[in-house]
Amino acid sequence: MEVLKIATAGSVDDGKSTLIGRLLYDTKSLTDDKLEAIERNSKKKGYDYLDFSLATDGLVAEREQGITIDVAHIYFSTRKKSYIIADTPGHVEYTRNMVTGASQAQASIILIDARKGVIEQTYRHFFINNLLRVKHVIVAVNKMDLVDYDQSVFENIKTDFEKLNAQSSYAEQEVTFIPISALKGDNVAQKSDTMPWFKGESVLDYLEALKPGQEEHTAARFPVQTVIRPKQDEFHDYRGYAGKIYGSSLKVGDAVTVLPSLTSSKIKTIEFFDQKYDEAVAGSSVTITLEDDINITRGDVLVKSDEVPQSSKSLTAAVCWMDGKALVPGAKYEIQHNTNRILAKIDSVESVIATDYSGEDGSKNQLTLNEIGKVNFKLSKNLFYDTYAENKAGGSFILIDLQSNTTAGVGFIG
Amino acid sequence: MSTILKTNALESEAIYIFREVVAQFENPVLLFSGGKDSITLVRLAQKAFYPAKIPFPLLHVDTGHNFPETIEFRDKLVEELGLNLIVRHVQDAIDEGKVTEETGKYSSRNMLQTTTLLDAIEEFKFDACIGGARRDEEKARAKERIFSVRDDFGQWDEKNQRPELFDLLNGKIEIGQNVRVFPISNWTELDVWSYIEKEKIEIPSIYFSHKRKTFVRDGLIWSASKYVYREEDEEVLERIVRFRTVGDMTCTAAVESEADTIARIVSEIKTSTISERGARIDDKRSEAAMEKRKQQGYF
Repeated sequence: MEVLKIATAGSVDDGKSTLIGRLLYDTKSLTDDKLEAIERNSKKKGYDYLDFSLATDGLVAEREQGITIDVAHIYFSTRKKSYIIADTPGHVEYTRNMVTGASQAQASIILIDARKGVIEQTYRHFFINNLLRVKHVIVAVNKMDLVDYDQSVFENIKTDFEKLNAQSSYAEQEVTFIPISALKGDNVAQKSDTMPWFKGESVLDYLEALKPGQEEHTAARFPVQTVIRPKQDEFHDYRGYAGKIYGSSLKVGDAVTVLPSLTSSKIKTIEFFDQKYDEAVAGSSVTITLEDDINITRGDVLVKSDEVPQSSKSLTAAVCWMDGKALVPGAKYEIQHNTNRILAKIDSVESVIATDYSGEDGSKNQLTLNEIGKVNFKLSKNLFYDTYAENKAGGSFILIDLQSNTTAGVGFIG
Repeated sequence: MSTILKTNALESEAIYIFREVVAQFENPVLLFSGGKDSITLVRLAQKAFYPAKIPFPLLHVDTGHNFPETIEFRDKLVEELGLNLIVRHVQDAIDEGKVTEETGKYSSRNMLQTTTLLDAIEEFKFDACIGGARRDEEKARAKERIFSVRDDFGQWDEKNQRPELFDLLNGKIEIGQNVRVFPISNWTELDVWSYIEKEKIEIPSIYFSHKRKTFVRDGLIWSASKYVYREEDEEVLERIVRFRTVGDMTCTAAVESEADTIARIVSEIKTSTISERGARIDDKRSEAAMEKRKQQGYF
């Protein structure tokens, strides 16, 4: 079955948990015991409606404080698709969590409270969806029931949002506006007759029609994860390169170049378990063998010989900083780019980018937790890379702190 | 005619994770319970490294209160695939006085497994423990990372987890730390069953409808066994049941079911209105039961 990964971000009051709960409820994804627990807890809190947020807020701290921390994953399915929602909080101090959620997503839902309109958080959510180039964005104008399902409220918010969209760095992004009431279920799973002026689809109908697997076609990239060498007689000379294909499909007979050695060969077989295939599409975890016996190890990347990317000992990237210790010039980190790790030194912080589209600040020479900025790196070795706009897998990396080993940040090569 | 591999996104993701484990760690192990999720993991590992054999051992933490069908199945699987199986017993930790057997109506060795697991990690110096936990099972598990770092006490620091972006998994750790790895994090119960059906994977007989001596407590169907405490007024009856999830006898309840084939199980789950862990006695202890256990090093 097809899987669609969706990111949501929002604050306690804009009804995001209610929207997710509503999607689960209307697709009959909540089992009786979970539903009973929600009913019980809602009653205990003295609510006269079902508090669906209880279905999604997982940790003890969250239940105590009534807030969502971190990234939670929620699952539901229809006849057509399996859905995975990565749910994150929306405040500025959770920017790193929103970036994490969006990095996995093929679609994103931005919630706006109809009574409040476009607020600072909306800017930030949309900015992150631009930066990470999430193809489909649904702007759900929620709580329409509290503004008497008034079309002009919806249209005004739409106009405000489109001003924002004009500043987007990702022109091909598909932005769709849907007026909803998560609490009442209007336009969530089904089209509602409370808003006959709205001609579009419900949130779920829109998601059901998306075909994420078929739309992104960029240069094929095959980062080698590990080399398979069975120690059995029948496979004596077998050398299989295990990895996942990104960008577009690979075929038997394709002329390929190995990065960084730039040696060339042809694809001899594409294997998945005990079967051989002529072609495998992007997203497949396969094992590839080559016509020639060349030295390939983890971290190397197979690309088509006519699609070799640029290489350099330096690079510039938009970085989202995720660590309490600030990023400062001169500091060294390990860059994990695909399956390859190399040492890198921060050359300079060019600017800190405001997530509300108000511009860049070139006066600060550091990045602190949850800030996004343009950073110049010097690399210990020559690296072959794409820009993020050309190729998501070849144009992104994480930064690993050499002392704590933690993932300190993520970079999008510009 | 040309053949094109049509990829299954969840299967591809799991295989990718297995390969990252082998590339990033020196001494991984697969935690095997004999349940359907760990059996599915074995199949995925087989696919990830074919034609080579699965390049890590299996570890079973045996509570001593297992269903005999599970143990039988485990031994057959290990034999057929030529796997390396390590078994460590909760009984040993009890005998050594490290843990105390629970007593009373709800006594179970489920909590005691943690000590045996942590001892085995130390004994074999495992740096990555692969498990079949899924985010859809339970609320605290919904926040679990694919690579989840534990300190040398096995503790999970849920507020300070590493961000996981794209497919970029960071398995760098210090000596003494280890990583719990969850390749089927993003699968649901139905995904697992559909996969078992499609791949024709064999599973222990207790998953299928059978006759069993049982009694009812708190609305759940318990196995009547010498390992399960029973009050005198709790009446034992033979019922047609099966298990949806398999822990040991003291923490797994049965469901009444006529489903005797995988296809029937799949259709039963599609129409089921009770969640899988609804039959886990261990989760009923409190709303935060799983989160507390995880902080202490439980899987």
